[in-house]
Amino acid sequence: MKTIIVVGNGMVGYKFCEKFMAKEGSKSFKLIVFGEEPRPAYDRVHLSEYFENKNAKALEMAPRTWYEENEIELITNVRVSDISRKSKTIVTTKDEKYTYDYLVLATGSSAFVPPIKGIEKEGVFVYRTIEDLDDTMNYVAKLKAEGTQKKAAILGGGLLGLEAAKALVDMGLETSVVEFAPRLMPRQLNNDASKSLQTKLEALGIKILLSKATQQLTGDSFMTGMQFSEDETVPFDMLLVSAGIRPRDELAKTCELEVGTRGGIVVTNDMRTSDTDIFAIGECALLNNMIYGLVAPGYDMAEIVVEQLLGDKEANMPTEIDMSTKLKLSGIDVASFGDALNENDGLEIVYENALQGIYKSIIVDKEGKSLLGGIMVGDASDYSMLHQIFLNGMAIPENPEQLILPAGADGGSFGDVMDLPNEAQICSCENVTKGQICGSIESGESKDLADVVSCTKAGTGCGGCKPMVKDLTEATLKSLGIEVKDSVCEHFDYNRQDLYKIIQVKGYETFDEVLDNHGNGGHGCELCKPLVASLMASINADTANKEYAIQDSNDRFLANIQRNGTYSVVPRVPGGEITPDKLIALGEIAKKYDLYTKVTGGVRIDLFGATLNQLPLIWKELIDHGFESGHAYGKSLRTVKTCVGSTWCRYGMDESVSFGIELENRYRGIRAPHKIKGGVSGCIRECAEARGKDFGLIAVEGGWNLYLGGNGGATPRHAELFAEQIDNETVIKYIDRYLMLYMRTAKPLQRTAAWQERLEGGLDYLKEVIIEDKLGIAEDLENEMQTLVNKFECEWTQAINDPEMMKRFNHFVNSDDDDDNLVFVPLREQKMPEKWV
Amino acid sequence: MNIISDKYKTVKPEDVNVWFKAAPVSSFPKDGGACVKYKDLQIAVFNFKRLNKWYACQNLSPEKEEMVLSRGMIGDHKGIPMVACPLHKKTFSLESGDNLNGDLDAIATYPVKIEDDIVYIGFSE
Repeated sequence: MKTIIVVGNGMVGYKFCEKFMAKEGSKSFKLIVFGEEPRPAYDRVHLSEYFENKNAKALEMAPRTWYEENEIELITNVRVSDISRKSKTIVTTKDEKYTYDYLVLATGSSAFVPPIKGIEKEGVFVYRTIEDLDDTMNYVAKLKAEGTQKKAAILGGGLLGLEAAKALVDMGLETSVVEFAPRLMPRQLNNDASKSLQTKLEALGIKILLSKATQQLTGDSFMTGMQFSEDETVPFDMLLVSAGIRPRDELAKTCELEVGTRGGIVVTNDMRTSDTDIFAIGECALLNNMIYGLVAPGYDMAEIVVEQLLGDKEANMPTEIDMSTKLKLSGIDVASFGDALNENDGLEIVYENALQGIYKSIIVDKEGKSLLGGIMVGDASDYSMLHQIFLNGMAIPENPEQLILPAGADGGSFGDVMDLPNEAQICSCENVTKGQICGSIESGESKDLADVVSCTKAGTGCGGCKPMVKDLTEATLKSLGIEVKDSVCEHFDYNRQDLYKIIQVKGYETFDEVLDNHGNGGHGCELCKPLVASLMASINADTANKEYAIQDSNDRFLANIQRNGTYSVVPRVPGGEITPDKLIALGEIAKKYDLYTKVTGGVRIDLFGATLNQLPLIWKELIDHGFESGHAYGKSLRTVKTCVGSTWCRYGMDESVSFGIELENRYRGIRAPHKIKGGVSGCIRECAEARGKDFGLIAVEGGWNLYLGGNGGATPRHAELFAEQIDNETVIKYIDRYLMLYMRTAKPLQRTAAWQERLEGGLDYLKEVIIEDKLGIAEDLENEMQTLVNKFECEWTQAINDPEMMKRFNHFVNSDDDDDNLVFVPLREQKMPEKWV
Repeated sequence: MNIISDKYKTVKPEDVNVWFKAAPVSSFPKDGGACVKYKDLQIAVFNFKRLNKWYACQNLSPEKEEMVLSRGMIGDHKGIPMVACPLHKKTFSLESGDNLNGDLDAIATYPVKIEDDIVYIGFSE
C-alpha cells in the first residue's frame, strides 16, 4: 500500500481528501493528513459567522469521525517542519518521521502584515483563523468593559476586510475600513462600482477611508491611533489587519523545491512541483506565475491531483482560470467576472441607479460581438446569465445594453436560458449542464421540475441555480408542446380558482359530483380531496362533518393529529379572554384525561395526548362548560390575538379585546386556502403583534389602522398598511371583502402574504378592488361572507349530537379497545409520546 | 428488525386459512377506511366504493411505527389505488403495499371478501 501525505488541513487540503476518497482506487492508498491548527478543516470563507455565533463546529468541513470512517489518519496541532526528498520522509515539530510515496502540499497562506512602524503593539490582530477571531473578540470585550465608545480600524478594503468590518460594527464598535488604494475591493471593482458599494456600507454604519498610506501606529505598549501623514492621525483602539495573503512556502524552501521570487511553490499545469512526486495546491501554489486566492480554483487543483494519482494522467488545469466572484457582503450583492476592470481595451457600458444603490457595468469587445467581463453591485440577479454568456463565448444582442438594463425599460428581452449552449454548466455544485437538464425532459425521464431535480441532482447543492433550472424545465416542456399548468393534481386539469368557480356555479355538494363531471377519470388523491372539501366549505358553509372521508387528516377527526397518532384539543377562547371558571374547567378536564397541557403560540390552551376514543368524551365536557371548537385543526380562522386595550391599559386608544372578540366570532369556522390569523392592538405599542397577522388592527387617534397580508411562519412578512383611521364598521367591510377575494383566488395552501405578494398590481390593485370597488364585486363579496357568518355552526357540537357522525371516533370498528401501541414517557410532571425510532 | 412490524406479513388469497368476520359493511365509510382488531393485530380496511373493491393492510405506518393508516385518505396515483398516511402523506399501493413516493418498506396487505353485507379479512392463521 502506498502512502500519500497531505500537509495542510484547510479547505483545499480537505477537499483533496474528499475527492480522493470518492474516486475508485482510493483504497489502495493510505492517507495521512497534518494540520497545524487544533481542529479539523473549517470553512474559512464564512469565518465572519463565527463572530456572531462562536460555533466552530458549524464551520467544520467534516467532523473528525469522517476522517476515521474513511480510514484517513488526521494529525492536528502538529506542524511538518522538514522534508527530505531523498529519503521521501517528513519530520514533524514533535520530531516524528513519516515516509511518503507522494506528498501533497496544501499549506495555504498566512495573513500579510505590512511592515508598518508600531504594528507589533497590543491591539493589533489578523483575520485568518478561529484562534485569531477568539483573540480579537477577547480584546473587544476588554475594551467594551471600559464603558466608553471604542473605535476599530480594518486595514484592507478587500472582501475579507469588509466582512470583518460588519462583524465589528455588530459588536458595537465604531468601525472604519482603511484602504491604500483609491477604491474598495480594488481587484474586483472599478471606481464607480466601489462608490456604489461604499454608499451602501456607510448606510450600515461602516466608515470608509480610501487612499490612506499608514505611516505608523501611535501609542506606547498598546496602539492608540493610526498616523496617515504628518498632519493626519486618527485615534483607534484596535486594528484588524486584512491586507492580503502570503503563500506558506517555507516548507518547500527547506527541501529546495522551486519557489517564485515573490513567494509561492512553483507548479506546472498538472500541479506537480519541481519534484514530480510532490504536488502543491491552493493558495501556496504558484501557477502561471499567479497565486489564486479563491476557493474554487483551489478545489479544481485538488481535483487535478486526484486525477493524476488515480485516473487521467493527462488532466491539467486550464490555461485560463475563471476568477469570477459573486457574494453577498452584509446583505449587499457584489459580483464581478472576466476582465471586470477593462484592462484589455474593451468598451464599457454602464447602468447606474443611485436611488436604488445599483451599479452594473459590462465590457464588450470593440465589434460589440462578445462579452469580456462585468461588475454588479446592489443587484446581481443577472450574474448567472451574464457569467454563462461570458464563459461560453455566446453572441450578444446588437444593443448589448439590454443585458444590464432593468426589464421593462429596453432590457430584459435578451438572456433567454434556452440560448445557452448544451455544454453550459448550470449547476456548478453538482456539475450539471444545460444539455443534461433538457435531455432528462426530452427523453421522458423527467416530467416536471421535481423529476429534473431528482434525476440530475441540479439545484441540490447551494441552490443558487434553481431559478435557471426552473426556467430551463419550463422552456423545454413548452418546446415539446407540453403545457405547464398549475392544475391541482393529476385528477383535474384545473387550478384552485377554476374549481372554485365550477363548484360555485354548478352548486356541487359531493366530491364524486365534481370528480365525475370535471375530473380526468381517476379516483382522487390526498391533494384534490381536501381541496374540494375546503372549496365546498368556503362556498356552502359546510362543516367538516359532511363528507369526512375526503377531509384532510386533522379535519377528518376535528383535532390535530400528533406525533404518535393521538390528538390535541384546542377550544376557542375568543380574543384570549377567559373567565376563571372556564380556566378551571379546562384544567379539570385536562387532569381527568391526563392530557399534556400547554399554552399555544396563539395564546390558547392546547391539551395533548387524547386518543380517538377519548375525543368525543372530552368535547362533551368542554361543550357542557360553554366551549366550542377552536378550529385549530382547520385551514380556517385560528385566533384573533389582542392586547388588553383601553378597558384596562393606561395607554389604550380603543377596546382591542372587545373588537378582537367580535372579529374572531365573525370569521370562526370559515374554511380558506390556508389558516388565517388576526390581531388587534389598542395602541401603536402593538403588543398584539397585529402586523404579523393576515389581518391586523392598530387603534390610533380617530379610528383603526388596518394592515393586511402579514405572516409569521417560514417566510415572515409584515402586513401592509391598507387603510387609516377607519371605524369598526368599515374595518369589517374591508376584511370581509379581502378574505372573500383571497378565498376565491388564492392557490391551494397559499397564505394571504404570498397571495398578496404575487397579486398583479399589488396593494394598489387591492385598494382599487376593495375600497374603490372598481370590479363592482364588493357587494357580492360582502354578501357571500355574511352568508358564511350566518350559517356558522360549531362542528363539535354537531358531531357529538349525531350518533352516525360519532361512529368515526372509535379506534376499532369491532372493539371498544383503544390503540394498544401507545407508549408515553414522563416529561416535567406531565407526559409525552415515546421518542421516534 | 422491529418486533411490531414483524407481526405483519402479506397474505395471498391462496394462503388464507381463516376468514375473520370483521364488521358489517356499514361500519366503513364510502371511499374511506376504518381499523379492525384481529388477535393482537390492527388491520386497516378500506371501502374503495369508486372501484367497487375492498382492501386491507396493516394499520401500522412503516415510517414511524404509528397505528394510523386506517385514518388515511385513499384514492389513486397514476391509476394505482393507494392510501396516504395521515402523518406525513407517505403513499402506499393498496394492491402491492409498495411505498409510492419514497423508499419505505412495503406494507403487508390482506385479502377481503364480502358476504351478506359482512366484511371478512383473510389470514393464514
